[in-house]
Amino acid sequence: MIANLPFIAVTVIALIGIVVILTRKNLVKMVMGLSLIEAAVNLFLVSLGYRNGGIAPIFTNAPAGEMVMPTVQAMTLTNIVIGIATTALLLSFVMLVYRKYGSADAGVMRRLKE
Amino acid sequence: MNGIARTLTILVLAGALLYTAFSLSFGAPAASDMDDYFIQHGQEQTGANNIVTAVVFDFRGFDTLGEATVLFTAVLGVGLLFRKFSAEEDE
Amino acid sequence: MMTRIVRTAAGVLFPFVLIFGFYIVAHGHLTPGGGFQGGAVIATGIVLLVAAFGAGEIGRRIGPGALKGSEALGLLLFIGTAALAFGFGGTFFANWLANGGAIFGNVVPFGPNPGDLNTGGVIPLMNLAVGIEVLGALSVIVLLMFKGVREETE
Repeated sequence: MIANLPFIAVTVIALIGIVVILTRKNLVKMVMGLSLIEAAVNLFLVSLGYRNGGIAPIFTNAPAGEMVMPTVQAMTLTNIVIGIATTALLLSFVMLVYRKYGSADAGVMRRLKE
Repeated sequence: MNGIARTLTILVLAGALLYTAFSLSFGAPAASDMDDYFIQHGQEQTGANNIVTAVVFDFRGFDTLGEATVLFTAVLGVGLLFRKFSAEEDE
Repeated sequence: MMTRIVRTAAGVLFPFVLIFGFYIVAHGHLTPGGGFQGGAVIATGIVLLVAAFGAGEIGRRIGPGALKGSEALGLLLFIGTAALAFGFGGTFFANWLANGGAIFGNVVPFGPNPGDLNTGGVIPLMNLAVGIEVLGALSVIVLLMFKGVREETE
């Protein structure tokens, strides 16, 4: 059980993110919950490629040992940049909604406004 | 979502995620043929010491092309949302 | 606009952040790092200047054209380096400089070695292109959001 600690941490962070999206009404807090879910997915991707007693997959002055898998780390790089793009667009939408409706509460805006 | 449905959803999701977290094996990946090929032949085919950079820019360059386009589109979208509406009278 | 101590410290720190970011971009094929990481570090340096001096002043000094132009130039350089492989290597995105003996073309033996900067083929050029693009994109996003907030409170 203690050997699976990275996967348990992924589950805890993802659950906190999902609970934040489901229970909070402020739009900025919902964006923060989505950012937490993306962080959990990145941690999950990186910890999938680990080999016991492995070193980083870089040959410059490398110590002796087996190397961990490099493909999942490449996927995590791409995922981080996509997370940046998504969060930037979401926050711009929240700013525009605040400008139109006067409040950032999800219960106030129910239908399209002129 | 109202109270009962929300609590039930959170409990079901927590159970599924925790079951998955306990049933995976950490430190022993199952299938690693492609990564072994990348580690063995990365230096002679690309000439880079950093295998992760070789995978990102050489072996899997199309994903990086897509990611650069996504970043460009995000900046395009943000610039589109914050423009000034100059003349609203002319239809 | 913050106090004089903060402004002076930001102005002194900014060249070092710039050099560190370009070092991460340039050595991407030898040490951990590469285009995306180095571009994010340089964009953080520009955000340090925005936090110390105010977004209006930085937007007026650096100008709307320079950062947007650098972002578009980065993406065009990336696609151009990949498309030049049609004439030299054969397929799209082929590494047409590796093991060639020309610009970045030293041969690397297998196994641990102290890194040689002259290796890597087309990868350092792509690192530079992506670094320029990412620093332009992140800085433009930050400056546009500040402009959106300022014109709302006027």
